[in-house]
Amino acid sequence: MNDKIYKVVLFAAALIMPIVCGGVVYALVTDAYEAFEHFGFFEFLTSSEWSYTDGAEQYGALPFITGTLMTTLLALVFCIPFSLPVALFVGEYFKDTMAASVLSTVTDLLAGIPSIIYGLWGFYTLRPLIMVLNISPQGSGILTASLVLAIMIVPYAASLSAEFIKMVPNDLKEGAYSLGATRAEVIRKVVFPVAGSGVFSSYVLAIGRALGETMTVTMLIGNTNNIPDSITSTGNSMASIIANQFGEASDLRFSSLIAIGLVLFFITAFINMIGKMMIKRARIS
Amino acid sequence: MATIKIKNRLAKDKAMLWTVCLFAALTAVPLFAILGEVLLRGYDQLSWSFFTEPTPTAYKAMKAIEAGEPIPGGIANGIIGTLIMLGMAAVFAIPTGILCGAFLAENPKSRFAQVVSYLTDLLQGTPSVIIGIVTYIWVVVPMKGYSAIAGSVALFVMMLPLIIRSTEETLKILPASLKEAGLALGGNRARVMLKVQLPAAFGGIFTGVLLAISRVIGETAPLMFTALGCSFIRFAIDKPISAVPLLIWEFFNDPNLQELIWGASLFLLLFVLTLNLTAKYLAKKWNQ
Repeated sequence: MNDKIYKVVLFAAALIMPIVCGGVVYALVTDAYEAFEHFGFFEFLTSSEWSYTDGAEQYGALPFITGTLMTTLLALVFCIPFSLPVALFVGEYFKDTMAASVLSTVTDLLAGIPSIIYGLWGFYTLRPLIMVLNISPQGSGILTASLVLAIMIVPYAASLSAEFIKMVPNDLKEGAYSLGATRAEVIRKVVFPVAGSGVFSSYVLAIGRALGETMTVTMLIGNTNNIPDSITSTGNSMASIIANQFGEASDLRFSSLIAIGLVLFFITAFINMIGKMMIKRARIS
Repeated sequence: MATIKIKNRLAKDKAMLWTVCLFAALTAVPLFAILGEVLLRGYDQLSWSFFTEPTPTAYKAMKAIEAGEPIPGGIANGIIGTLIMLGMAAVFAIPTGILCGAFLAENPKSRFAQVVSYLTDLLQGTPSVIIGIVTYIWVVVPMKGYSAIAGSVALFVMMLPLIIRSTEETLKILPASLKEAGLALGGNRARVMLKVQLPAAFGGIFTGVLLAISRVIGETAPLMFTALGCSFIRFAIDKPISAVPLLIWEFFNDPNLQELIWGASLFLLLFVLTLNLTAKYLAKKWNQ
């Protein structure tokens, strides 16, 4: 009897997940419906107009989708030269040493810093630097946001990559060493081919993180509703347009913002799903 | 000829090692740059009154700046709001998360558990701003106003997957013999879970809860559309309320209050990093 109650209680607790996730999708879909119905699904996604003058309201998500993709990809590019060395340092060169544990504590702490503080630092330190270096006149923009985003995703990419690099079997590496390979050659010819898919998947998950990052991007991207024409120009990401305008939006604009949220939700869900699937496969092999 | 080639390879090997070390070390720079900046600009704002007084109005702050005095007031309203919302979220998220995690650990092969496990990943990866707008639709719209309740619902949804995962993972790495011994002694499954497995997993679950708290305590985006913010100390849970990250956002946007940013950020940063380090230390200790 007791076992039965126990099972029912656990099952009931587990039901919370389908309820919450179903509720998220339901809320987003019902409130995004108006925008999609008004503008048409594909027109909404491909229109670059975002104007809320009364009577001539026109909302399209393209500038923000572009902004999100640009910041995310740039962040990924800036992140790799740092996260890969960290992963090699922790998972190969100094595996299980004090130095590795210090470095992984440092990256853990980086992961713990709230995004609003990253935003402040980017705004008060990095932005003036970019102005001084004459990279862009206003300082804020896609580039500034991406640089800080890159720092934010380094810990995620590095710690997961290190895990896979650590798992490369020693006898494979020893085989290469016994043939006279140097450590750099072992890394290139043995570690990367074996751990490669796992390392790759950690970058997919890092992308998933960067896509939805809100406060940092909102504080640094410059908040203009146009399609950014270069990496130094200002723009808005899907998350930052929501953060900026949700509080004051009503009716059609409200629905359009929810629609952007829905699109962002599905993009991140899709990327995360791919990442998780790849990790599972990499772990099995 | 051959020796040149070998020298070349050895040089490449060395270059690789130094590049890895250099770039790995560079990764630490932002941490210290951020810590340093927040510490240097914020330390002189921390005082007793900073933690006991609410935020000043923009007018009061302007007057103080004009008179060349330090801005009066502090972030007590934010600290109290954060504690109230975090407390409410934790009270619901911890038991639900542990039970749900126990379900996943007990039924690893059931189809439903796989779905739940997948949804946990989905929710964990969902951007916090989306949790914010969804909670707005769920709670703020029907209640016809922003409230501490709405804020804690958003935090609850964000904490849940983190607690589920840490519970599940900790329970799964416990030796099976532990559970079997409990069952062999005649305990039913609920009793074995409560008296044997959960106590043995306490360390891991506790670490997970600490990490979940440190993750959501700095969240700003989900609170902007749910708790909204409030400039005085308030304990009502059905009214708008402030939180420390919300105050930082407010100070950032209000030129008169900008001086207060660094004190508030320093407080938040120290709190979050201490929680993080404590969790990591405890995890290591319990693993041994």
